[in-house]
Amino acid sequence: MKTSVTLPQSREKPTAGSRKRKRLEAGMGYLFTGPMLLGVLVFTLIPMIFSFVLSFTKWSFVTGFDKIRFNGFDNFRQLMQDEVFLKSLGNNFIMLLAVPAGMGIALILAVIITSHVYAPGAFKVIYFMPQISSVVAVAVVWQVLFHPSYGPVNGFLSALGVDHPPKWLADPTYALPSVMLLMIWIDLGVSLIIYIAGIKNIPADLYEAATIDGASKLAQFRSITFPLLTPTTFFLLVTGIIGNFKSFALVKVLTDGGPAHSTSVVVYDMYQTAFVDLQTGYASSMVMILFVIVLAITGLQWLGQRYWVNY
Amino acid sequence: MALLGIVFLLPFIWMLSASLKPEADVFKYPIEWIPQTLRASFNYHSVWFGKANFTLYYWNSIKVTALTTLLSVGVSSMAAYGFTKIRFPGRNALFVLVLATYMIPAEATLVPLFIIFRSTGLYDTHLGLILLGGFSVLGTFLLRQFFASLSKEYIESAQIDGAGHLRIFTFILFPLVRPAIATYAILRFIWTWNDFQTPLVFLNSKTLYTLQLGMNAFADRNGAFYSLIMAASVSAIVPLLIVFILGQKQVIEGISLGGVKG
Repeated sequence: MKTSVTLPQSREKPTAGSRKRKRLEAGMGYLFTGPMLLGVLVFTLIPMIFSFVLSFTKWSFVTGFDKIRFNGFDNFRQLMQDEVFLKSLGNNFIMLLAVPAGMGIALILAVIITSHVYAPGAFKVIYFMPQISSVVAVAVVWQVLFHPSYGPVNGFLSALGVDHPPKWLADPTYALPSVMLLMIWIDLGVSLIIYIAGIKNIPADLYEAATIDGASKLAQFRSITFPLLTPTTFFLLVTGIIGNFKSFALVKVLTDGGPAHSTSVVVYDMYQTAFVDLQTGYASSMVMILFVIVLAITGLQWLGQRYWVNY
Repeated sequence: MALLGIVFLLPFIWMLSASLKPEADVFKYPIEWIPQTLRASFNYHSVWFGKANFTLYYWNSIKVTALTTLLSVGVSSMAAYGFTKIRFPGRNALFVLVLATYMIPAEATLVPLFIIFRSTGLYDTHLGLILLGGFSVLGTFLLRQFFASLSKEYIESAQIDGAGHLRIFTFILFPLVRPAIATYAILRFIWTWNDFQTPLVFLNSKTLYTLQLGMNAFADRNGAFYSLIMAASVSAIVPLLIVFILGQKQVIEGISLGGVKG
């Protein structure tokens, strides 16, 4: 039996003592992971199953459980004709444009900060300020800044000679772009810091070699920095898209979805449907659509890894 | 670059300056960046000790945030230790299960949780908020990497000395991962303090409002008094700024490590 020499102790014939030790070890395992598992079960898994079941019902929670009525796929069929929902879903997709726009700015700033700036720490704090500040406070400040008649933004524009400055959040055409502008402003700090971390991981000798070969800064960016940051870029893109689909607080405080649903998003519409209109079943169907979208984006990231990770 | 930084900060500078002025000067154009007439003490006094009840909202936020952070750090670090340092049947399957739930957006469980909370009495309590934030999976992921990187020898030598897992976790490994714990704790603190969605759905009584809800209600009620709203905004942001500046290194490390948010 040559194996008995190399195998660890636990593989030996179990004695009463070792079996007891093993049981104790397993018990400790469940004790340590138990609270988290219980939390996951009670606060995520069970609600998710509940939500799935509710999405096939016509029900309002105020009427009590005995009034639940199953209606198959009716909710989903109805959603496909629900103008407010479709508008909200469409807004979510338009808002996705803010993700690459913000990432582009963050990448340029990250390159500048890592190569030229004197106080990188201070700049990180500055660009992180909107992210760290409470969304409610930030939204309230921008409501005032964007005020159509006496807000400082339009004050500045009319001082520049713009006769009819946009009404920003009060105008259905400009409201969504204004919200997107604020999203970029708020999220810039996160992308910036992740890009800076990515740039610091690029070996310096690549740049040295490129400089010796006479490559310009722009050429270095194109053929070293940018390609080596593709994993970071893809990661930021995917998490940014997920974050975008989950946006709620900013819209709720800033515009309440208005004017004329021009800034409504799926989570906001879901909130209104569930907690204001009290249509629990219908709102659950919206949740399922949101879940499928997030799942698809996550799946894309999973599959995409193979193509974008070039370590 | 410096100029761009200032432009980026302009809304904050404007907010601070407006919070110190009498109402009539808030919208003067050109903007008085440095207020000519100061009315700071009146503005801040009416926000803090007037009808707005900011002191109560502050206290509620401090309580909810501190307890959520404590619970979350405890539960997450224990799970991280269990999943990396203890062998037990079904460990990997259970970990995959936890990993899978990370894909479920919190927004997707709001409606059923609301119903569950209503029927269990957790609705409209601080306990409900604390439990919800305390059992977030993210901390387990962040901390797991750190526990996994600790050498097995620490545990083996402690076991030879006769220490059990509880002792090893509390007295040997916990101190070793302190930087990681600090990182997660600060992030959890900021997220909980800033959370608007969860309290909005799960709280009803004004006396239980956290600062974010209080701030929103205050802005709605005082729609025309912009100097007061700005004083309230400054008050809502200052604690976060302090935490951020003190824990800057940890926050930035945590964000760039996991690319996390939320």
